[in-house]
Amino acid sequence: MTMAESFEQRCIVSGIGQSEVGRRVTRGVLELTLDACIEAIADAGLTPKDIDGVFSWPGAVTRAEGLAPSSPGSSGPGVHAVIDALRLNTNWYSAGPETPGMLAAVIHGCMAVASGMCRHVLVYRALNEATAWRTNTQRVATDAEGVTGNMQWILPFGAFSGPNWMALYARRHMHEYGTTREQIAQISLNARRNAALNPKAVLTSELTLDDYLSSTMISDPLCLYDCDIAIDGATAVVISDAAYAPDTPNKAIHFEAVGSALHGRASWDQWEDMTTTAAMSAGGHLWSRTALEPADVDCAQLYDGFTVLSLYWLEGLRFCGHGESGAFVDGGERISLTGELPLATSGGQLSGGRLHSFGHLYEACLQLRGDAGERQVPGAKVVAVSAGAGPLASCLLLRT
Amino acid sequence: MWPIPQIDDDNRAFWTGGRDGELLIARCDDCGYYIHPPTPRCPRCLGDDVHPHAVSGRGRVYTYTINERPWSPGIEVPYVIAIVQLEEQSDLRLMTNVVGCAPDEVAIDMPVQVEFRQQGDAYAPVFRPA
Repeated sequence: MTMAESFEQRCIVSGIGQSEVGRRVTRGVLELTLDACIEAIADAGLTPKDIDGVFSWPGAVTRAEGLAPSSPGSSGPGVHAVIDALRLNTNWYSAGPETPGMLAAVIHGCMAVASGMCRHVLVYRALNEATAWRTNTQRVATDAEGVTGNMQWILPFGAFSGPNWMALYARRHMHEYGTTREQIAQISLNARRNAALNPKAVLTSELTLDDYLSSTMISDPLCLYDCDIAIDGATAVVISDAAYAPDTPNKAIHFEAVGSALHGRASWDQWEDMTTTAAMSAGGHLWSRTALEPADVDCAQLYDGFTVLSLYWLEGLRFCGHGESGAFVDGGERISLTGELPLATSGGQLSGGRLHSFGHLYEACLQLRGDAGERQVPGAKVVAVSAGAGPLASCLLLRT
Repeated sequence: MWPIPQIDDDNRAFWTGGRDGELLIARCDDCGYYIHPPTPRCPRCLGDDVHPHAVSGRGRVYTYTINERPWSPGIEVPYVIAIVQLEEQSDLRLMTNVVGCAPDEVAIDMPVQVEFRQQGDAYAPVFRPA
């Protein structure tokens, strides 16, 4: 099957960078951001003078009325701050939360390069939620003027946080398809096993099924170990025109396909079939843009802000049928480093730290370069990366 | 405490109908389609004859979660957050709370009936077992 070259197929990841990642980081979030950005630019064999575009998610947002919640430490510096700090000269830049999930910043970067607006763009995501949650006692927004926008349909019923929203989806999936907590647990246990092989991961001690089943319930059926872990850290990549590939000092990583389609209500609470998320339409979109198939994927860095999201992505990216993800991960062997589809090889967000899908992107690049150390999937040539939950979803298929 | 919605011209019917014991949902008077959250044009026929109408307040639990975490002072845990599907239309659903029973008695498909909880000037529609 031959297909016309898509815009993303004209783009590469030419450089990657990541700051220190941790729960007790002394560097500020702009320092961490610049650490990651400067490392990525150098890794691409470039200098700041070569960068002509900047993209991020969500940008300098302290209050969001759309679907992407904003909370202390979740934004990081905006693109204006980074452009100024590095004295960049840009042709185009953008950031914002009203996109199909966090990897939309990467897709925007590809669009800017493929359209000819830019040649080398910097894309980053930075968070300092560990510091923010330690120093800010107000963990949920209490608006003196009253709740407005989309959140007015959710917050007045005490659905303050992501675990509440995703627990509603998870319960329906369990009801219709018999998905069990023991199956959901495998996502968390697998992440923890892989984290032990990642020097940057924040949670590396052994986690057993008993630990999982006896842990604190947050929003039933989601417990403590279904939730990812807040950290401070930043990740950056440089996206370049594929014509630059022969000149990169490190192995260029090619974009095979992207997926971003939202087919359904742009709403958490009004989503029609809660046994699916927008991962279903975004995943279908991705496979419509490539001749490759799910069986060609060597490992997958699926979004795991909550365990169940990886199950929704397994179905959305067609690694199994609708409703079959619980059985797919049952026992954990299939998704382990030695299984047919290793997941979250870095430890993911559940144990590696909440780098908000850019940790998954960074890990995908390490795997494709063969630089993932003890957790390397031998000969990894095609890796899927995904981001998002509920109505927000974006995904990438990367290859060597 | 339970957060209070900011009442404006677009949401006043929904949030204040409960003062008179009525759950008011926007409906397109051209094609009869119920619209929630309310929008000024009907997403099905694109008509603009959209007005709030009292609905039965009867429905079923589509899904639910038992929140165990004290996110906000003044709200006793555990409490049940649910999506309730109203009987008028298969895609007419509200996020809400199920009250008036033990959290572990709540089940998917359970029939429920609306009642209202005052939050500031708003009357939040919550549901008890029917």
